[in-house]
Amino acid sequence: MMDAEAATLVQFDSVSKSFAGVIAVDAVSCAIAEGSFVALVGASGSGKSTLLKMVNRLGDPDQGRVLLEGGDVRDAEVSRLRRRIGYVFQGVGLFPHMSVAENIGIGPRLAGERAKAQRIAELLQLVELEPEYSARMPHELSGGQRQRIGVARALAGNPHVLLMDEPFGALDPITRDGLGKRVRKLHDELGLTSVMVTHDMAEALLLADRVLVMDAGQIVADETPHSLLHGAGGTIAQALVAVPREHALALAGLTA
Amino acid sequence: MNEIFAFLWQMGDKLAAHVLLAAAALGLGILIALPLAVWANRSLPVARLSLGFASLVQTIPALALLALFFPILLSLRTVFGDGLPTLGFLPALLALTLYALLPILRNTVTARDNMDDAVIEAADGVGMTKWQKLRLVEAPLAAPYIMAGIRTAAVWTIGAATLSTTIGQPSLGDPIFAGLQTQNWALVLAGCIASAGLALVTDALLGMVEAGFSRRNRWMVWGGIALALAGIAGAATTLRPHDDRSVIIGAKSFSEQYILARLIGHRLENAGYAVEYRDGLGSAVVHEALTSGAIDIAIDYTGTLWTNQLKRSDNPGRQAIYDTIEKWEQQTSGTRILGRLGFENAYAFAMRGDRARQLGIATIDDLARAAPGLTIGGDVEFFQRPEWFAVRDAYGLKFARQRNFTTTFLYDALIGGEADVITAYTSDGRVAADRLTVLEDTRGAFPSYDALILITPKKAGDSGLLAALRPLVGAITVEDMREANYEVDRLDDKRSPDQAARDLARKIGL
Repeated sequence: MMDAEAATLVQFDSVSKSFAGVIAVDAVSCAIAEGSFVALVGASGSGKSTLLKMVNRLGDPDQGRVLLEGGDVRDAEVSRLRRRIGYVFQGVGLFPHMSVAENIGIGPRLAGERAKAQRIAELLQLVELEPEYSARMPHELSGGQRQRIGVARALAGNPHVLLMDEPFGALDPITRDGLGKRVRKLHDELGLTSVMVTHDMAEALLLADRVLVMDAGQIVADETPHSLLHGAGGTIAQALVAVPREHALALAGLTA
Repeated sequence: MNEIFAFLWQMGDKLAAHVLLAAAALGLGILIALPLAVWANRSLPVARLSLGFASLVQTIPALALLALFFPILLSLRTVFGDGLPTLGFLPALLALTLYALLPILRNTVTARDNMDDAVIEAADGVGMTKWQKLRLVEAPLAAPYIMAGIRTAAVWTIGAATLSTTIGQPSLGDPIFAGLQTQNWALVLAGCIASAGLALVTDALLGMVEAGFSRRNRWMVWGGIALALAGIAGAATTLRPHDDRSVIIGAKSFSEQYILARLIGHRLENAGYAVEYRDGLGSAVVHEALTSGAIDIAIDYTGTLWTNQLKRSDNPGRQAIYDTIEKWEQQTSGTRILGRLGFENAYAFAMRGDRARQLGIATIDDLARAAPGLTIGGDVEFFQRPEWFAVRDAYGLKFARQRNFTTTFLYDALIGGEADVITAYTSDGRVAADRLTVLEDTRGAFPSYDALILITPKKAGDSGLLAALRPLVGAITVEDMREANYEVDRLDDKRSPDQAARDLARKIGL
């Protein structure tokens, strides 16, 4: 388990939400410690994205509350709140009419500042892109490059929290692996608190230091990757762990 | 060809008026449609209601929409007072603005509907306020689609603006309507060329703005807008300021009215008055325009006023009708009837001479017997007019077919055999020129149609104006009028209404 002395940065306080009568998140309570990298894993419709989006208020809970650094997220002005939180998602959503530099600098611009070229270059460097990319337009980039820009944009406002919703879901396996490792490194270097939604248990086990397994709107397992691989977490979690484990065994068999 | 160029060359004023009208309607349409579209994107009921309304407006023919604003504005005078204009620029602007709404509204709503959800999620995710999202993301991404809508609206508006002639707003429709009426095809073509040219140029400029938006090229955007604004400003500077003292002469859309308007205009100019013409007014609009002061002088006919304004269907005789109308105008609105010009332009049934002889028809009684085997052609309003009901019932007329033609083509239809009998006008030069037989109205079912000079209440006491026009009373015989009409209507050696008016003045010794 996590270091007991680390402060709680995000806290879900028995939050529930349903869509048209279908319960998506069912009375979830959970605390996320500062500096941790948490993966939310589960099948489609298990409520993991809905839970994540409560933090930056892309979807408010029907009941319960979410605390960020001790304060209810609903007390802050929503646009200010979101500027304090980095958000990366599968669709990326680069603004097609803005250059790479303008996309990365959008957060500071909204706050009334102007990101300097040097800062843009610095952010590009964080995601391993050359400064020359700043003048490009989104349609000139590959899928992997676009998501790198998405990550750089999320980091431009020096957030404490990075929320990721299936961030690498649309990328090819090699790009996906490389960018995953890069994000984990940034998490460590910048001292971020990261929450990543993924349906890929292998990705969660390799990147996160805490894995929450969701099913039917509830957290059914809350374990470290290590304990999950050693059989903890119950049947639903173990069913998810079984897939990468079998892959690994089969691959090991092929190389033997 | 040279003729067309000559007409085009003289069309500067109409072009300027057309540009300003279309630009104002388009501008107002944009100002209404864009905020409405933003609202519609945030509320489904608003989207349904506004798009439904705009679509409904499109189903109303432009000609009718323009005409409908006349009674609407007239009734609004009870709220805004008599200063509210009911004809001319205001109703044209309102009708065309309504017409411009749909393409802008629909394109804007569609652009937002088709916007990538991920981009909108990102805009929320990075912490944009609603206003920032609109300004930084939604508006720039929708801009090319909105511009496409504005282009469509611009072309529609420029085309429909030609119809504003019928409600007394000068436009490129003036030469088109005048040319159609007098069969002056060069004039019609010149009007069409000018209007189409204006639409093409406008479309090209707005297309440049649209391309600028989609290629994110600021120079193209601002260049296109600057050129369009320069054109509008140029039109505005050529427009002469309206002189409040000038006398406005209205004319319905047929040759006789154009000629008589010029005849009156020339006399007033000689007496030192500034004169403006409102040609091609819808015949339903003229009387109301006169009594409300939108125009100052008009020529109308006793029979028309008797049936349409006084709603009478009896026929007490020519003099009694005139006296009753004069008194009625004086009492109801203070409109002054200066007098009768001397000729009648009555409705009559006319047939080709050879056909009439062959069938042995000389009177309407004879016609009634042969009617079940014949086709009758009338102008577009005739079969709805009380005169038709009166004559139909008096003689028991029952034709095999009824067909409508514009007055321009009525005579051609008769000569070409499309109709066996038509509703002719007794002062029309083509009756004599085409050797038509006018059937005798033995039962007096058609009322008399003495041509009258009507003067708006506010000018009814203008002694200088009355003195300039009084010599016209009783001065024009039906033969004189036929000749003048024929000069304008004939296909060869055509005269303009202006020339025909001068010839007529010379003929009657004025």
